[in-house]
Order: sequence, then C-alpha cells, then structure tokens
Amino acid sequence: MRVLTINGFSRVVDMPDDTPLLWVIREHLQMTGTKFGCGAGLCGACTVHMNGDAVRSCQTSLEEAAGQEIVTIEGLDPAGNHPVQRAWIAEQVPQCGYCQSGQIMQAASLLQKNPNPSDAEIGKAMNGNLCRCMTYVRIKKAIKRASAEMRKA
Amino acid sequence: MDTIERTTEAPVNRRSFLIGTAAAGAGLTFSYSLLPAVTGSASEAFAANNWTPVPSFTIEPTGIITLHTPKSEMGQHVGTAIAQSLMEELEGDWRDLRIDYPDPAPKYGVFFTAGSLSVLTSFMGAAQAGAAGRIALIEAGAKQLGQNASDCHASKGWVIGKGGKKISYGQLVAMGKVDKVYSPDDLKKMPLKKAAQYTVVGKPIPALDIPPKVVGRANYGIDYFLPGMVYGKIARPPVRIGAKPKKGADGKELIDDTEAKKVPGYLQFVSFADPFGINTHYVIAIATNFPAAIKAAKAIKVDWDLGPNADVSSDQILQHAKDLVNDPNAGGAFWLIGDPKKALAAAPLKMEAEFITPLASHQPIEPMNALAYLENGKLHIYSGSQLQIAHQPIMAGIMGMKPENVLLHQVYIGGGFGRRLEADAMVPASLAARAVGKPVKVIYTRDEEFRNDFYRTITYQRLQAGVDNKGNLVALQHDVCAAFSAVRAAPDLLKPSIDKKNVKLDSTSLDGSNSWYGVPNYLSRGIQNDIGQRATPPGFLRSVSTGWTYFALESFLDEVAHRTGKDPVEFRLSMLKAVGPNKSEVPMAIGGADRIAAVIKKAAQITDFHKKHGKMGPGRGIGLAATTHFRDTPTWTCGVVELSVDRSTGQIMVHKITTVMDLGQAVNMDGAKSQCEGGTLFGLSLALYEKATMHHGNLDQTNFDTYFPLRISQAPEVDVHIISTPGLPPVGVGEPAVTTVAPAVSNAVFDAVGVRPRDLPFTPDKIKALLKA
Repeated sequence: MRVLTINGFSRVVDMPDDTPLLWVIREHLQMTGTKFGCGAGLCGACTVHMNGDAVRSCQTSLEEAAGQEIVTIEGLDPAGNHPVQRAWIAEQVPQCGYCQSGQIMQAASLLQKNPNPSDAEIGKAMNGNLCRCMTYVRIKKAIKRASAEMRKA
Repeated sequence: MDTIERTTEAPVNRRSFLIGTAAAGAGLTFSYSLLPAVTGSASEAFAANNWTPVPSFTIEPTGIITLHTPKSEMGQHVGTAIAQSLMEELEGDWRDLRIDYPDPAPKYGVFFTAGSLSVLTSFMGAAQAGAAGRIALIEAGAKQLGQNASDCHASKGWVIGKGGKKISYGQLVAMGKVDKVYSPDDLKKMPLKKAAQYTVVGKPIPALDIPPKVVGRANYGIDYFLPGMVYGKIARPPVRIGAKPKKGADGKELIDDTEAKKVPGYLQFVSFADPFGINTHYVIAIATNFPAAIKAAKAIKVDWDLGPNADVSSDQILQHAKDLVNDPNAGGAFWLIGDPKKALAAAPLKMEAEFITPLASHQPIEPMNALAYLENGKLHIYSGSQLQIAHQPIMAGIMGMKPENVLLHQVYIGGGFGRRLEADAMVPASLAARAVGKPVKVIYTRDEEFRNDFYRTITYQRLQAGVDNKGNLVALQHDVCAAFSAVRAAPDLLKPSIDKKNVKLDSTSLDGSNSWYGVPNYLSRGIQNDIGQRATPPGFLRSVSTGWTYFALESFLDEVAHRTGKDPVEFRLSMLKAVGPNKSEVPMAIGGADRIAAVIKKAAQITDFHKKHGKMGPGRGIGLAATTHFRDTPTWTCGVVELSVDRSTGQIMVHKITTVMDLGQAVNMDGAKSQCEGGTLFGLSLALYEKATMHHGNLDQTNFDTYFPLRISQAPEVDVHIISTPGLPPVGVGEPAVTTVAPAVSNAVFDAVGVRPRDLPFTPDKIKALLKA
C-alpha cells in the first residue's frame, strides 16, 4: 500500500511496488492524459513531473513515486491554460495528439528551468519525445511563443 | 471522443434527402446516402470514384448544428475541413458547430479514412447537403415571417427577411416547421456558391479536435474502461506469421502456464486459431491489470510449431526480388505505351539503375489496442479504425453475428499512417471477451507493434532508359517488385495486367510507375514478391507505392539528365505536357501533366534552384523531385532539398526542405500546411533513418533503440507552399509530401558530392562506401 500525491491530491494505491507509475496513473487511477508509448523510456509519451522534473512514468516505479509531488497533464494548470498549452493551440501543434501530453509536460519543464532556450537547447531537451505525425516544426514554434509570453508576464 | 447527445433522428430514406418531419422539439436530422449497399468490401471503400458519401447533420432546437462524419480523426483534422464545406452553404454560425463521430451505419456514409481521400470525396456532398438545408430553412422561415422566400436570405444561423425581420434555425426546428424532401438528383443540381463568395472554405479555422488534445482529455481507444474489465496480453510466437502451438498426444495444445499462475492478478489464458488469416494464432494471458498481464504472457511457455516462414530473412526476400526482376517473364505490364522493348534495343544510349527500399514499420505512438465486450447479443468494440466499413463485417463474420450487432465505437486515433486499416487488435479482444465473459482490453507492447506490423514491403526496382541522338528520352522501362498489399487486404482491387490475363496487379503497390512523363515508349512492369507476401504481411504505410516508385523514377531521371548534359528541371518540363494520355478531363485532374509542370517551375523559382544547382560549393548540394499521388486522384507535389555531406563520415545534414503542393482547392489552409509539414518530415525519416530487418521469420527491431523515426533535433527547416485554386475540387494532403523527399535527397547528395545513393535509408556507412568506390 502506497500513498501518491498527484496533482495535489492524495491517492492510496494497492499495487506491487515495482508497478510502473504509468500504469498506476492510467489504469488504476484512470487518468488517461498520460500515455503509454514504448514502455522503455524511448518515446516520452508518458512524461510527467516529479518534484518539478520531467520524468518518464514508464521508468518510474510506484515505490519511487510514493511521497513525491507528481503532476500530470491534467494538473499542469487547473484550467488547462498553462502558457505552453495556450501556445500549443495558437500554433495548432497537435495532429493525432497522442504524444502531445508528453511533449507539453517536457516543454513546460524545460521553460521552468530555462525561460529562453535556444534552438539547440530546445532540440536537446525535446529529443526524447517522439512525434510520429512529425509536428516538430510547430513544437519548436510553440515553445518559442510560450517562452516569449512567460518572459513578458 | 467528445460526447454529444444525439437527438431522436428522423426516419432516413436511403434514396432521398430528408429534411424535417421530426417531432417538434426533438431535433432535425439531415441525412443522406447514395451507397447502393454497404457490403463491407474493402475494395468498395478504396474505389474512390464510385462513392458519393454525403455527411449528415443535425440541427437542434438550441441551434446547435452537429455534423455526423464517417471519417476518423487521426491528426488530419478532417471533421473541421468537412464542416467548413457544410457550413459554407448552410450559413450557420460556426460557434454553433459540433462534430459527432457516430457508430458506423450506412446512413452516415462510408467509414473509411485513408488514401488522402476524405476531403476529396466529402467536399461536394457536404456543400450540397448544406445548401439543401439552407434552402429548406429559408422556405420554412419565410412562411413564419409571412414573406416570400425570394425576399429572405440566411446568415449566421438566422433566416432574415425584408425589414430585418428574422427567425433562427433553432426556433424553426423547435416549431417543427421544416419539412422538405430532396432526391439525389435534386441535390446534384443544388446551386452552390462560387469560390469567390467563400467565407468559410479555405480559411485557416482552428481545428476543433485540438483543444482536448492539449489538456489530456481526448479519448483514444486505449483510454476506455468498463466495469469488470480485464486485460489481455498476447504471448507472441517467435515468427511474424505461420506459427501454431504444437499439440500433445492427447490433442491438447502444448501451452504451460505454471509460471504465469505465480503472477498476482493472472486469471487464465485463452488460445485461438486466427479465423481471419491476418495472423496465425493467439495465446492471450488474461489478468486483472496490464502489468500483470505482461508478466504472465512472458511466463507462459508455448511449444510452437514455427511453420513455413521460420527461416525467412529480409536479405532472402530482397535476393528473391532481384531474381524476379531479372526474369523477363515475371510479372506483367501495369502501364504500357508504344513499344518499349524495341525502342530500348534501338536506342543509341542506354542507361540502367537499380533501387532498393527496405521493410519499414508504421509505429504510431498509440500502440494497437482494442476493448471489447458482449452485452444483450451485441458486440461493442472501442478501437481506433481507419476502415470500419470492412472491420464491422469482419468482426461480425468472426463472431457469427449480424454486422448491425457489431458496434464499433469511434475513438480518436493516436496515429494511423495506414496501420489502423487492420483489424488485428479487435479480433483477439473480441474472441477473448466471449471466452472469459468479461470486457477484455488488449494492448500491444512496443515489441508487438514491431513484430506484428503489416509492413511497408521490401521493394527492388530497375529502371532502364533509351536516349536518342538528340538526348531525348525515347524509351523507359520501370520494373517494380514488391509484396502486394491488396492481395490480403482488398483482393477485389487487383486488376489483370495489360499484357497477361493470368497476372493480377495491385495499384497500391505500383501507382507512380505510371507517371505523367510523356515518354513515347513506356513500360511499367509489376511483379509480386511471393516470399515477401507470405513472411512480411504487407500493409499500407503513409503514401504507399508512390513512396517507392517515385523514389526510383525521380532519382533515375536526374541521372539521365546529368548524363545527357541537361538541366534537371528543364529535362522534366520537356516531358511534361498535357497531351495524349497525359491530358485529363477529369475535374480533379484537370490540366493533366501541365499541373505538375507548373508546380516544378514554381518550386525551382521559390528555391532559386538554378542559381544553386551545381554551384553550392564543396560538400553542399540541392536536389529536386516531383510526384503525383495518385494518378487517378492527383496531388501535384515538388520537393526541394538543400543539404551538405560530410565526406569523412558520410553523414548527410539536411538544412532545408521546400515542399510545393497543388491540391486543387485547400479547404483549411492551415490544416493543409500542417499535413504537408508532417508529411515532409515523415518522408525525411524514411529517407535517412527507418529500416527494419528480418531474421528467422521475425523482425530484429523491437523498440525505438533499434528503429529510429526522426526526432526533433534532426528536423530541418521546412518551407511549405500550398497552391490553392478556388473552385477546383480539393484533393488529398495527408500523404503526398512524403513522396518527394527521398528522391530529392538522393539528387541533392549527387549535387553535393557526385555519388548517388539508391538504397534507402541513406545511412552514413552507405554514403561513405559510395564515396570510397
């Protein structure tokens, strides 16, 4: 039995300690914004924040996550109105959209740490997040837009 | 999918367009279908020219207008584009629009989303339906206003008469006053707006499916849950296709789940022969949660009879393709003009080159999955599908049910690219749900996504050119050897070859080898690779055949131009004239070869091609390629690639790709650009990075550490130019941009360093080897 703090709520989870956080979030808690992609930390679709850092929830065990502050796409902003989310709409980034929760969580974490990233820094920070629709052109634009907005605020 | 409460629908007469007669206050459904019969034949769905699917829509008393679309939302924002056509004529208020993705039923049209055909086949019908609705509403509104219909007009959901008197669409529906029936012929004669009057069509209206996708609230198939649901994980055999569990002396399959029973949450396994031939056999571990199902599936020991493909390798398939191409009697003519054999023999200059494309895999980020359950004699399935028109009757056949009792609920698709034309996740989920008496959700893990894909086939192509003394291309032979997707997926689509009655050819594997170049003696020979056919079940990967035929053709034409001392642009233009077979009177292809010529000219101008070609300095180059996807539903596309090559490592660095596309009329300009950007990078991914290999009948690659779709740091600048001509029929935009990139890269590499890669993908080791040779 473990206690998880997700999006500010406390959740009691009775699953084996080695269960990947991804499946706890998706199947046990049925918060489906966090996506299963590769199960090996190679695609970034399952990215969540743990104590403010972007982590792959498929590579994080329930045991490791217990007691930490976990934030998922559903909790990034109470109204779904984070500057990154606004930029994603303004640039019309998503196509199929499946990887975009992970992309947004990764981008939000990047901008939190580096409010004005260069192209190379964007490439480095986002390289672990695959998009099979190949929306990369717009992801880059949207990160720049969100960066500009966050610095203005 | 966003839930939309649908109102009671008016009875639908299949032969007429019905407006009204719904009970007052219940809502109003506009519905129409011209399909003679929806039999579920995939070939019917593919035969784009034969269908006239018209979307239906509902207006509620609240004024909410709901478009019911049979097209799946998989990233193309297709609902938004079709709604633009509808709303243009209906004169509703865009803010009142909702999109509904109903359970498949014939009255909604053809549930098939592929081939870059959705907008092309839906645009006119949506416009006609919208116009019919507007006229009916104006007539009803005029009566209520006590005026003549001719004195009234419609705007933003209102019928407005003389003196500014007005009544809203919602009010008219609430009063039950709209009552009019249109025949199909009436609809065809609907007076439609001239393109110059458009205020909705062509505009970059934000896609309606995007907002839920940025907050994690768009539901894909994998996101559905049911009370009492259990999870299924397939224990795969070690070969892609052909294996079955061996049987013991007692006739029982040799499946041992002793170890699986130690996994907490494991319930049981179920075992089925595949009834449909898309796989061979399913052994499925059932557990209360998915991690437990994964562990249990690994722990189940199956003694497999590996079947006939246990020794097949991708090298063997490729060698077999070479042998077939070298056999002059193999295959048959797909395209034939003049006497290519004679002209080739007589030509003073002959050229020849071979081209290879490897196995490639779809890899949508949402793995294949399906949730199935049976209730009250009905089978419910939640699973992303691009081909419900076939999947519904397939599942009905497998389960021994009537098609109308199979409810294939629509969900957002987390990546299609052709992968979800296949029903392979629904089959085991449905069989398992019946066996265990509970809802079963089957999810593929990434290794299954690789090892159980329906691949882009290995291809081997040979091109031969005959050039006369003036440097004119007088003979062209294009041999294409591939596994044929349609043989498995849509056998009705196979057509007899031009020269041999007993050879059947698949246009989805060969289209593009019938190009618009006016060569007086032109043969395309299609050859089916039978080993590839049985060991690597061929599927439909974004752009299908034009992804390989044009790679070969457009690279080869550059070689011919170079050899004959001609400019690659001028050489192409000299052969692209709308004469003979290369002119077209079909509305969507009007202009014929002149259209692609214009696109090439524009691309060369935008990119300063002539100032750069051959003049970019050591190690830098520019290359151009033009394609038409497909010949019968053409989107005219030209790609220009600028790159540099590191001679010491063989590494290609792409700096910029320009894609110019003539797609008739763009219905949503921003959506078209988005598809074109993504398609361009998808093409680059296939050109530089993606390759799968097979040994012992199984794929070697199991995840993104061995198979490498393009990542963001590898994405160059992409410059997209859409040529939109208001009034022309809109053609497809999802696939065409994929097809120009590989040949344009090949041509740019030649411009940069003088070697020509002909074997995809263009990895540094291959470029280095060419530079050393």
